[in-house]
Amino acid sequence: MEWETVIGLEVHAQLLSRSKIFSGAATAFGAAPNTQASLIDLGYPGVLPVLNEAAVRMAVKFGLAIGAQIAPRSVFARKNYFYPDLPKGYQISQYELPVLKGGSIEITLDDGARRRVALTRAHLEEDAGKSLHEDFHGCSGIDLNRAGTPLLEIVSEPVLRSAKEAVAYMKTLRTLVRYLEICDGNMQEGSLRCDANVSLRPSGSDRLGTRAEIKNLNSFRFVEKAINYEIERQRDVLEGGGKVVQETRLYDADRDETRSMRSKEEANDYRYFPDPDLLPLAIDPALVDSVRRSMPELPDAKRERFELEHGLSTYDAGLLTASREMADYYETVVRELGGDAKTAANWVMGDLAGALNRDGQEIGASRVTATQLAGLLKRVRDNTISGKMAKEVFEAMWAGEGDADAVIAKRGLSQITDAGAIEALVAQVVDANPKQLEQYRAGKAALFGYFVGQVMKACGGKANPQQVNALLKAKLGEPQA
Amino acid sequence: MRKLSPSGDSAVERGFRTINMHTKTLTELSRSLRRREFSAEELARHCLDRIARHDPQLNCFITVTEALALEQARAADRAIAAGEGGPLAGVPIAHKDIFCTRGVKTSCGSRMLDNFVAPYDATVVERLAAAGCVLIGKTNMDEFAMGSSNENSWYGPVHNPWNRDCVPGGSSGGSAAAVAARLVSAATGTDTGGSIRQPAALTGLTGVKPTYGRVSRYGMIAFASSLDQAGVLAQTAEDAARLVGAMAGFDPRDSTCVDAPVPDYAAQLEEGVNGLRIGVPREYFDARLDAGVRALIEEALALYRKLGAHTVDVSLPAVPLSVPAYYVVAPAEASSNLARYDGVRYGYRCSDPKDLLDLYTRTRGEGFGAEVKRRIMTGTYVLSAGYFDAYYLKAQQLRQLIADDFARAFREVDVVVGPTSPTPAFTLGAKTDDPITMYLNDIYTIAANLAGLPAISIPCGLVKGLPTGLQIIGPPFAESRLFSAAHAYQRETDWHLRRPSGYE
Repeated sequence: MEWETVIGLEVHAQLLSRSKIFSGAATAFGAAPNTQASLIDLGYPGVLPVLNEAAVRMAVKFGLAIGAQIAPRSVFARKNYFYPDLPKGYQISQYELPVLKGGSIEITLDDGARRRVALTRAHLEEDAGKSLHEDFHGCSGIDLNRAGTPLLEIVSEPVLRSAKEAVAYMKTLRTLVRYLEICDGNMQEGSLRCDANVSLRPSGSDRLGTRAEIKNLNSFRFVEKAINYEIERQRDVLEGGGKVVQETRLYDADRDETRSMRSKEEANDYRYFPDPDLLPLAIDPALVDSVRRSMPELPDAKRERFELEHGLSTYDAGLLTASREMADYYETVVRELGGDAKTAANWVMGDLAGALNRDGQEIGASRVTATQLAGLLKRVRDNTISGKMAKEVFEAMWAGEGDADAVIAKRGLSQITDAGAIEALVAQVVDANPKQLEQYRAGKAALFGYFVGQVMKACGGKANPQQVNALLKAKLGEPQA
Repeated sequence: MRKLSPSGDSAVERGFRTINMHTKTLTELSRSLRRREFSAEELARHCLDRIARHDPQLNCFITVTEALALEQARAADRAIAAGEGGPLAGVPIAHKDIFCTRGVKTSCGSRMLDNFVAPYDATVVERLAAAGCVLIGKTNMDEFAMGSSNENSWYGPVHNPWNRDCVPGGSSGGSAAAVAARLVSAATGTDTGGSIRQPAALTGLTGVKPTYGRVSRYGMIAFASSLDQAGVLAQTAEDAARLVGAMAGFDPRDSTCVDAPVPDYAAQLEEGVNGLRIGVPREYFDARLDAGVRALIEEALALYRKLGAHTVDVSLPAVPLSVPAYYVVAPAEASSNLARYDGVRYGYRCSDPKDLLDLYTRTRGEGFGAEVKRRIMTGTYVLSAGYFDAYYLKAQQLRQLIADDFARAFREVDVVVGPTSPTPAFTLGAKTDDPITMYLNDIYTIAANLAGLPAISIPCGLVKGLPTGLQIIGPPFAESRLFSAAHAYQRETDWHLRRPSGYE
């Protein structure tokens, strides 16, 4: 039988507010255990939550970006369950009335096709702490630094049809939240993580099959591998005549398999009810307007503009807008250069990307700034140096030798463009190679390159190549046919 | 006024002035301290002496904060001498042991928090300290404020100073007995379903529960968050007005605290009741009401009429449903609020847990008392999948109906008046085997919590030697009206000044 895969993702994005969602404690990653937890995060007796407006603004920003309905009134609810890293014995989340409903995100598939993914909802909630089971003998460590970190849980409709689509969706979502500066998208640190709901159904059926939920996938690779494993597993179950059990599963990256965590029967009854410590969240149009005014240009709009105004190909525009930092870098180069978009694009995607990649650096922390790169490209454009020399100058700049002009001066790299000087060089080379001249004139046209090489060698590569070509041609004349 | 000179102050004179300090109201004490008739330190020591003498019989205090009290008293004396200090400088009070007090054990009457020393001050504690109050100690209470008799405390029952075989009411029973026996001049309490007003009624005190949101709940250990409200148990409406004035006001740390200016309650006390429209709800005079109590309430209403008020019959048809609605909503919230007591971070932890489940079950099994467990189980049940709509949602609808009843009544009357408690204090142990009968003690008080309304209980006579309370309920933020109505009554009567024998 042919099976159709149905996937819906629940993505948790840690919001980049400086303090926690219901307390004034800091949210920075990596502090010593339990040093960034206030009495509120620790669930002390008598403490009360106070909603952080920054988190609300970020949710609204996301809502505007995806065209969601922003609820004028939403409600925080308590999700009750016991776990040592959940200090209050409940998580403050949103249940029946989330802050955002609907909206959609357009993704690009590998074949370039574009597809719109509908979202169900997104809601605000607090993160739990971390349980550390490895480092302690016979007991578990609890780090509550993360407890109370604001999360936006973004729930897609079950409309994704393959692991690749799920990854494309995740990547687009990551780009978007980073553009919006509401989440750093760092999957390794858990700032962006995803639960995947996967089910199969006979092709052509419009009824959903029984799903399994795979928890806490924290890299694109794991999303893809875990979903693919799960598809295979469910297909084996179904084709073997069995039934898929509704359950929560964990992906084990070391063994590349998913394992059952708990079945529906063992599932918690979370006893949701509205949190009486928090008033319903009212979002008035003035707040939405003020967030709207702070909206950055979104990736799709930027991509189109790069195509239309800069004349870039869809592919190049797509690459350059994959991150806001890359797009900003590229645009700065174009602005300072005053045009030459294609040259700027080629350098950003080529030498710069290569160097960043080689040294494992982010473009935001690039050793060669956009202004410095523009300075280099100006020297190419005004023929001070050749394109080939520019690569050498770039490497020197990367190594910290200073701006393009400083490197050119220090290394004496400026190009010889004085026609008289080049002519003299050409004459010198031609005179010194009578045999080659004879052969060339006899019809061995390929020797032209030999003469160019000799001229460049004689000048240490500094002569302008176009001028060398032109003057050599004039001197040598046309080879005999 | 006699001018004091410390050098010309003989021991006899001094003894004469200080021996009866406890018979003064908080307002009088404040005045005497300003006149330096005695010092705040002398007053604090006097309270500590009385506690040493009487508390072994009454069991009002879980913690006596002697060192802190003397330190705060001396600071108040210095401030008064310098012509400074808050409006309540040097006045001795006690806090119900539900208010977190920095560096002081805050047990909530529970074994679960017997070892818990609060690392911070509740807003109420902070504000009363800023006003100059001297904290004498932390008072006994029903565990996690769940109870109407103070028999549910891990620290044992509190005895009613009017008759030590009787309960003082609850859950603020320790605060009530301590003020009734004049061990302190006033005490804080919390009221979720009547926990200030009912013990005030049963011990002859003035007890006020302000409007929900009037006083910050920050640092007040939660029982049922949508119902809990801090207030005071005091000797007079005037004392209560001063204390609530110092406690109330916006607090950014409590999202449910209302940002509205606090009137000068004490300055508005003399408004009188001439022309006041008093609603008398027939539902408050049902068969459960003790005949003696009924007679005293009717006498009080007659006095109000004599003072120029009009009494009007009103009906609050949904109010008889308050007890069932309350016993769904309050346990539901409590089951969640008390989930944090898991033995992981603070408080009681069972010995040698063998795994996580064992840690949870034994910690909570051993740390909580029977009534708390009963309510956690009830609350867990009513919130469970499949039962939520039938219980929790239905109770919320009832709650709305009750609030609507009051809103309708307040279109015609200024206040609603009735009994606080159906009977005077009952004997210790009389109702401990029957939780439903115990719950029915609160039939007249619960509605104000469900509707979030301010209410005050004032002493209105004795039945067989035991105090009885008159309850006045007002619309939201009408505390001023309640204080002035209570004050008008107290100017004409002296029930509020009677002290139980043995504690004169």
